[in-house]
Amino acid sequence: MSNTVKVFIAALIVAACLSPFASSFPDGLERVAEDKGFLEKGEGKEVITSPIPDYTFPGVRNGVLATSTAGVLGTVLTFGAAYGLGKLVRKKEN
Amino acid sequence: MHIPDGFLDTKTWVSTYALSAGALAYSIKKSKEVLEDKLIPKLGIMAAFIFAAQMVNFPIAGGTSGHLLGAALATVLLGPVSGCLILSTVLVIQCLAFQDGGLTALGGNIFNMAVLGVITAYLVYSLLAKVIPGTTGRNISIFLASWSSVVVAAFGATVELAASNTIPFSVAFPAMIGIHMLIGIGEGLITVAVVNFVEKVGFVDATAKSKSGVKTNV
Repeated sequence: MSNTVKVFIAALIVAACLSPFASSFPDGLERVAEDKGFLEKGEGKEVITSPIPDYTFPGVRNGVLATSTAGVLGTVLTFGAAYGLGKLVRKKEN
Repeated sequence: MHIPDGFLDTKTWVSTYALSAGALAYSIKKSKEVLEDKLIPKLGIMAAFIFAAQMVNFPIAGGTSGHLLGAALATVLLGPVSGCLILSTVLVIQCLAFQDGGLTALGGNIFNMAVLGVITAYLVYSLLAKVIPGTTGRNISIFLASWSSVVVAAFGATVELAASNTIPFSVAFPAMIGIHMLIGIGEGLITVAVVNFVEKVGFVDATAKSKSGVKTNV
């Protein structure tokens, strides 16, 4: 197995197996927004509606599975996007 | 620290979009000079790994969590130009597909994490890795580069929130910096562990690293 594939598999394992057990505490910015009273400035202000909000795959009842699925999908999607970008911005052969 | 819609006023989000567009244009130009074909899969895989790792929030003190930023990780392994492109890709996917970070705040989020975070990681790492020798020295340099990248990115967010009159700078600064100095410790530990892991499996060879602009053979 190629060395780069091992890292991709590690990414998929993290997305599938670790992401459902992520801490649900607010992150640093959310904590500050809550404590300092400006969290509501962001409520209902979303400009777009994303297909998989909050890393929960819609329609999947089981919460662990919904997060896992979203994680794996996002990981593959991100790989594709960055790979595609790489193809566009690579060094041109002379 | 993904800023949602509603936190930044128009002048701030337009300015940060312009700054990020400039930084991305520069990265793309540079990339076309240095990015070799064999590095393209690594660009994709590093972005995928950072996306996955960013989902895993770890608890820190006071009912707060943090997650990996990955700016130092990408920069140490693949250089600042690829680092900026990788982080930007992750942020765009998170914003469009997962509602993580607002569309109006995307310029700000890219500027804080993919530009400020990457530049800070690059500067701190390339300065320290020269000064502190050996494997331990390299790990210390990676840790401090990671820690600083999170704190400086948080500083960027603080300035943008204050410029938007969302929160006064004097209130935001100690709160944002304090919390991200803690989150930065997690960033440092994870980055050191992941860099050592991916180098052990042979993800990046030395030539690739020197060509991407990061000197690690010190």
